[in-house]
Amino acid sequence: MIDFGFTLSKSSTVDLNKIDHSRYDQLVKLVPTARMCMNCGSCGATCTVSEYKGMSVRKVLYGIQRGEDVKAMLSSCMLCGKCTMVCPRGINTRNLILNLCKLYD
Amino acid sequence: MIDRIPSGFHPFVIPFLVGMAFVLLYCFGAMIRVLYELSWQDRKKFFLSLLNPKILLKDIKDIFLNCLIHVPLWKRNKLFGYMHSSIAFGWFMIILLGHIEVLLFVPGRINLFYYPIFFNYFVAEDDVTLRGSLLFFLMDFFLLLIMSGIAIAIFRRIKNHVFGVKRMARPTFLNLVGLYSLWAIFPLRWLAESFTAHISGGSFMTIPANWLFRQFLGNELNMLPTWWAYSIALCVFMCVLPFTRYMHIPAEMLLIPMRNAGLKVRSSRKGFARVEFFSCPNCGVCIDACPMTVDNGNVKDCTVYLTRQLRRNNEERIQEISDKCLLCGKCEALCQVGVEGPGLRILERARRDYTVPFLYPAGDKKVESRKVLYFAGCMTHLTPAIGRSVEAIMKKAGIDFTWLDEQGGLCCGRPMFTAGRIAEAKAIVANMEKLILESGCDTLLVSCPICYKMFREQYNLPGVEIVNYIPFINNLINTGRIKVEKSDICYVYHDPCELGRGCGMYEEPRKLLGRSAGIAEAGHNREESICCGGSLGSLSLDFSQRENMTKAALNDLYTSNADAIATACPLCQATFARYADRPVKDIAEIVNNQIL
Ligand code: SF4
Ligand code: SF4
Ligand code: SF4
Ligand code: SF4
Ligand code: SF4
Repeated sequence: MIDFGFTLSKSSTVDLNKIDHSRYDQLVKLVPTARMCMNCGSCGATCTVSEYKGMSVRKVLYGIQRGEDVKAMLSSCMLCGKCTMVCPRGINTRNLILNLCKLYD
Repeated sequence: MIDRIPSGFHPFVIPFLVGMAFVLLYCFGAMIRVLYELSWQDRKKFFLSLLNPKILLKDIKDIFLNCLIHVPLWKRNKLFGYMHSSIAFGWFMIILLGHIEVLLFVPGRINLFYYPIFFNYFVAEDDVTLRGSLLFFLMDFFLLLIMSGIAIAIFRRIKNHVFGVKRMARPTFLNLVGLYSLWAIFPLRWLAESFTAHISGGSFMTIPANWLFRQFLGNELNMLPTWWAYSIALCVFMCVLPFTRYMHIPAEMLLIPMRNAGLKVRSSRKGFARVEFFSCPNCGVCIDACPMTVDNGNVKDCTVYLTRQLRRNNEERIQEISDKCLLCGKCEALCQVGVEGPGLRILERARRDYTVPFLYPAGDKKVESRKVLYFAGCMTHLTPAIGRSVEAIMKKAGIDFTWLDEQGGLCCGRPMFTAGRIAEAKAIVANMEKLILESGCDTLLVSCPICYKMFREQYNLPGVEIVNYIPFINNLINTGRIKVEKSDICYVYHDPCELGRGCGMYEEPRKLLGRSAGIAEAGHNREESICCGGSLGSLSLDFSQRENMTKAALNDLYTSNADAIATACPLCQATFARYADRPVKDIAEIVNNQIL
């Protein structure tokens, strides 16, 4: 192929039919409040680690629903609990993260 | 006193012997198991402590004061203390006096194990026996003491609230069997001794009863059946003992020397921890103490149920109970045997496996060099007024300092630690230690009690003094670097769990607050202070479940009628501010506003 000096970027389409939802379903069973997220982003905004590793519970939650790998984010969380304090939906985000950390193999 | 039965034996002693043999073998086996479960260092420490006369003396003293006299219970509740010590001490004295009697009157029988217990059946009074001698009197006196204790216990079962202890743990079937047989033992003994008193002699409890019974019941026929019943009651009690809360009696006698030897819980299930949870007599003090039990919720998640489920190895319940607790430490502070409710739960959490590892997110930071390094802590990011006030106070005092938070200091690691991820918490600690030591500071100033506890207990910072902001500011005032004026607002001070029970700091904050404002006390204060409900200790309590706890803690603060609430913890402040009907301020904010 002729090199034009640029490439096509990978499609960012998310095919929800092809995604494995089992992890999210398991999570919702363990932490029912996980379903209540409204993607406000308060959790990420307050997170100390977001500055270093882009951690945000919002991103973790939609990430697992879209079949993305969120492990890097999870392994940076210090469980400080600030996201829990600010979440307007009262989601127990620390418990959510702890439980997710058990669900990968 | 002469021997009445030439063989020195009667079949009714058999049930007692069976029960005694069983309980002794069981306790011996349990003790061997516990010793085996200890690490060899701990085992060595324990055995060495038994050889040390100073510690041994303390062991004996503590066992006497705690197990027999129940001093800690007396301090909490007089009636409760009387009830327990009358039974325990009375029983001990009866056994002791029984042995003395055998030694004095029939020394040849001392090798018969059951003789002191059933002494009155086997002997008859003769001419040389002093009628109503001191020993007889003492025997009857202690029997009366025990029976008064049992009467109170029965009354308590019926009318619980008289004691101010509102809730008790629900007894299991075996516990009830143990309870009823214990209640039966002493009245039966009294009856048996009374029916025998015209032969063996007696004192003020038994002689009149013997006389009375002679009028309408007759003594001879009733004598043997009651001795049998007494022996059987003893047997039943001793046979169920290992499976009931009464196991606390032998367990506590091992717990005290182990604690005095300096042993610590290292696992939530084995060794020292096992002794600890077997030592819980299910008194239920921790139910009323626990902030989670507001409106009778979560009663089954209190420490008394933790000990029960640990004994039963009920995995599901243990996990639930361990995850829910706020780790406020109040149950431990009030527990008379010192069951480490929070500590055991953290160790229990540490047993979980996590498949996603923790990787410290910021590794290559450097802090500029100043004498004082201030760490406000991550929670303070949500209550920035605290950090700003501390900063302002230091500027006014002319102190050269820098922030650790803004230069790579992320989190002290305490939340990770309480979640049971100990190795991960240690990774945070190691990174923070490096950062702090490299900065070359000589003072680490901390304004969050959660961090302060962590720094004190888990950090190794040679050459760096770790100070909480309360004594630090007090010191600034003492040395005249800042001057404060008293405002007319009256604050009620809330003891944060981590600062009060966690670090034992109760008076310094009151002193500082008192210098800058009026001060009032909450209904429950100091070591009985009620957790705000916001604690990071709990993993599973949801936001909505905590609301009632916070409101209950607030109501307790409101009883003081103060104008506002003062605290010394960013998390308490944020939690209270959500529902409080009056301002909630941190002491640093109050002081900063009052600086001249
Ligand atoms: S608990 Fe984890 S995700 Fe939440 S604010 Fe703290 S570090 Fe960030
Ligand atoms: S703060 Fe709560 S609701 Fe908002 S995005 Fe985060 S988890 Fe969702
Ligand atoms: S844990 Fe302590 S306070 Fe609770 S029931 Fe047992 S002995 Fe009593
Ligand atoms: S630590 Fe506090 S919340 Fe936990 S069981 Fe004890 S009293 Fe209850
Ligand atoms: S936030 Fe305050 S009251 Fe609540 S657990 Fe922590 S220190 Fe205790």
